[in-house]
Amino acid sequence: MAKIVAGIGSSHVPSFGPAYDGRKFEDPDWKPLFDGYVPVREWLRDTVRPDVAVVVYNDHGSDFSLDRVPTFAIGVRDIYEQADEGFGTRPLPPVKGDADLSWHIAKAVIYDEFDLTVCQEMKVDHGMMAPLPLLFSHDPDWAVRVVPIVVNVIQHPLPTARRCFRLGQAIGRAVASYPEDLKVVVVGTGGMSHQLHGERFGHLSETFDRRWLDLIARDPEELCRMTHEEIMAAAGAESVELIMWLVMRGALAGGAVERKHLNYYAPMTTGMGLISLAAA
Amino acid sequence: MDEKKDGPQAGLSDWGIPGTYIFDHTRSRVGFELNKLAYSLTDPQNREAFKKDEEAYMARYGLTEAQKDAIRRRDWLALTKHHGGNIYYIYKLGAATGSGLYHMGAQMRGETYEQFLETRGAKGAR
Repeated sequence: MAKIVAGIGSSHVPSFGPAYDGRKFEDPDWKPLFDGYVPVREWLRDTVRPDVAVVVYNDHGSDFSLDRVPTFAIGVRDIYEQADEGFGTRPLPPVKGDADLSWHIAKAVIYDEFDLTVCQEMKVDHGMMAPLPLLFSHDPDWAVRVVPIVVNVIQHPLPTARRCFRLGQAIGRAVASYPEDLKVVVVGTGGMSHQLHGERFGHLSETFDRRWLDLIARDPEELCRMTHEEIMAAAGAESVELIMWLVMRGALAGGAVERKHLNYYAPMTTGMGLISLAAA
Repeated sequence: MDEKKDGPQAGLSDWGIPGTYIFDHTRSRVGFELNKLAYSLTDPQNREAFKKDEEAYMARYGLTEAQKDAIRRRDWLALTKHHGGNIYYIYKLGAATGSGLYHMGAQMRGETYEQFLETRGAKGAR
């Protein structure tokens, strides 16, 4: 049977892309970010050894548009090309999917009363591609297959924090009922504190981010009680993306978790957080 | 600010967070065509067409005069505050006109790019 073995929470700041592609690993202003990912990448590669990553992210008007905004969607193909976000794409191979597992999750979760939009053609943007190469090797090809889960965190009304957690629980049940022996890691992306518009552009809150990093492991119930307004007022309008970490946490909710890694760095306009959790 | 051209659209929401314009139904409705134009710039051919003749490109979409004028002025604050622009969409307009996100942000804060960078902890991480 398939098993969820680990969860990762990670920011998906677009500037990770050019910094990674430009190999700025030793640049003093980037080193605190990249150094934080090294032990997580090695732990995933050597200890966790997942076959599949369920990656929870949001599209930023790159492939989805405002014509139709699914609250939750799932990709169900064997390959996902990169979206052009207005300035071309990055030198990375296309993301490998797992259509069989995706369709299984779609069916199980929809019968569990979470009505996902099912996508057979979907391009992925920095929401997925900013953290993915920091977590998994991609040379010559990706070390994991990916099941993409897309959440609307752009156009209000957004799903509640608790709804995201419950979706994660349903994904956890779906994975556990898949007959093939697969090891699955769930990656929740986005945040942490940031605001990218208005006179409040650049707002950060390390206090909020540190509290979130603590509670996501120890007491996600407290995060589930937060309203969008509370999150946005404390940590910036765009920080509300953090609710996607609760999908990851919900998928691990069946048992105890152990925090393995933690990194935090806020050099510019976004709190860049990273946490890893092992399923007991 | 030119109030006549730039004044707020009627009925935009206020969520009570200073300097913050939450992208809800009030903004998505008035910004629909504006964001649609910005989204179209994910296609390289459209980017070329926009750069070649902005006026002709804007005419393809049902923008208001005030929205067109805010694009002409590269007024990122007005586009997000008054005209229903979502930052992730408007960002593509910035890219097509040579303004990166941090340049757009500095303008929205009412600062120069250099002034804005001085407020950051490690400005090389950009």
